[in-house]
Amino acid sequence: MSNQVNLDTELDCDRENPAMPFLRQDRLPHIWCPGCGIGTTVNCFTHALADSGLDLDQVAVVSGIGCTGRVAGYLNLDSFHTTHGRPIPFATGLKLANPRLKVVVYSGDGDLFAIGGNHFIHAARRNMDLMVVCVNNFTYGMTGGQVAPTTPIGATQTTMPYGNFESSFNLPFLADACGAVYVARWTIYHVKQLARAMQEGLAKKGFAFIEAMSPCPTLYSRRNKLGDGVDQLKYFKEKSVTKNGADTKTVGLTFQGEIAVGKFVDRERPTWMDSMNQHFTQVLGDKYQTYGASHGQD
Amino acid sequence: MIGGVFIQMEDEIASSIAILGAAWGGKKVMTVTSGPGLSLMMEHIGYAAITETPCVIVDVQRGGPSTGLPTLPAQADMMQVKWGSHGDYEPIALSPNSPQECFDLMIKAFNLAETYRVPVFFMMDEVVGHMTERVVIPEASTIEIVDRRWSTKPPGQYQAYETNGDGVPDMVKAGDGHRIHITGLTHDEKGYPAMNPEAQHKLVTRLVGKIRNNRDRLIEVRADQLDDAEIVVVSFGITSRVAGPAIEEARARGLKIGHLRLVIAWPFPVTVIRSLARRVKAFVVPELNLGQMVLEVERAAAGKAAVVSVPHAGGTVHESQEILDKILEAAR
Repeated sequence: MSNQVNLDTELDCDRENPAMPFLRQDRLPHIWCPGCGIGTTVNCFTHALADSGLDLDQVAVVSGIGCTGRVAGYLNLDSFHTTHGRPIPFATGLKLANPRLKVVVYSGDGDLFAIGGNHFIHAARRNMDLMVVCVNNFTYGMTGGQVAPTTPIGATQTTMPYGNFESSFNLPFLADACGAVYVARWTIYHVKQLARAMQEGLAKKGFAFIEAMSPCPTLYSRRNKLGDGVDQLKYFKEKSVTKNGADTKTVGLTFQGEIAVGKFVDRERPTWMDSMNQHFTQVLGDKYQTYGASHGQD
Repeated sequence: MIGGVFIQMEDEIASSIAILGAAWGGKKVMTVTSGPGLSLMMEHIGYAAITETPCVIVDVQRGGPSTGLPTLPAQADMMQVKWGSHGDYEPIALSPNSPQECFDLMIKAFNLAETYRVPVFFMMDEVVGHMTERVVIPEASTIEIVDRRWSTKPPGQYQAYETNGDGVPDMVKAGDGHRIHITGLTHDEKGYPAMNPEAQHKLVTRLVGKIRNNRDRLIEVRADQLDDAEIVVVSFGITSRVAGPAIEEARARGLKIGHLRLVIAWPFPVTVIRSLARRVKAFVVPELNLGQMVLEVERAAAGKAAVVSVPHAGGTVHESQEILDKILEAAR
């Protein structure tokens, strides 16, 4: 217990950090390294929640495994820390069982796009009513810095000691191609924009995807001699170009290259549950009773 | 209309955790598979066990390993459902042998899942799975339904893994204001991760104890002519029906043969076998695998009675003669 920080007394604050009510304060301190950006994304998320007007009792967060997988454990919401790669199908079940919930999947790039890639593409295809936040730090931070499906060509990882030669995913393009109705990318330098995107994602009906680029100073930056967290923030600041509405084909990332940020997709498509209700009503007529009531509509 | 939702997920990994999400959304849940699909589900059997999420998993057993024999029978997943996910846990498994039992025992499977908050396996085989027989559906009002153990504690007082007495915690659902945290990590009563041997001991002992401490209450067998039996055929599922003619033939030849059918296979009815072992000569265990439940019979008999395996690799059922031959061999 001696290493726990009592934030009320040891930090000389006149007023409570506005993020505090959204956090499980009895779980602090968190496990994230100095310079890591996951906490910054969580801060943005708390702002998005505050501005969303949502009843927080009706918001659930589902994470997978990994550094970002720990987010669920720190948020003072109904929160689920699931298995590696499977937060999306868990969230799918949760949403279908209790359609009034706003269900947010919050996980990392390895979790969502390597082991969990299959679930991502199918949930996007179905337009399942979920917001998926991917903190992309280009590596597996919790397990020692292995190569990820997001690692750019040329970056060094423990399992790519001579540099990565595998092509990486362009996440917004993947989400767009699979049918996501909202797709945005920001970095943790862009806290206002990221919070706004999360707020829009929370309000969006259907599959909303937000990529949040984050440094991993302990593994990715150190192994690639990119400096510390601040140096990566500088990179995010200097190399980011806002390209709202850009063709997602063109927004792929390269090693320390230009970063296209912005809101790329914002469109309407019936959700899985809307499609089910519409279809069964059409086929079965009066025999069918509409299932569930979408969030905020009953 | 019963108000449920059906979704065919992209794979069995997804379906086995989508049901767990749905359980935390407040619903009773099930999924169905055969063969490799069951192997894919193993990770979430463990997640269901440690998060104590009630669920029913139907496995229509076929020949394996791997893709094996699609649509041809086996009973070779019995040990997999007992041990398949890593770590210590205790599942429940039921073994119906008719369409009527598929109906009756399915209700029981859900009731057990809710009572003990464990994954419950419904261990069919291809023959029972494809069987057509008359089924009597009773009046709904006469069916005993066990509801979820809903907590009545208000938000702020409820702890996800606090137990009182029987070692099974009460449950809430997401959206009720409790702000629960559920994790597959070893956790304390609050549901928070607790990475130490004390928390591990406390949690896993309780998880296993939910079933081990109620083992006798969970015994369900069908006993036929055990009173004067010298040899007892122990069977389950379709093999119990194939064994019938062999037992009748042996009795026609004047042998004292009893029949013990496992309706609940896990937890295994150790005490039933143990007490029979003190007075019978031998157990004969036909099963559509190369020797799985026979190991449990041997363990329970503990050398007090002979145990004769009647293995079969699957693809079809035993010939009654094979079972009869082993009965006669055991009787010699």
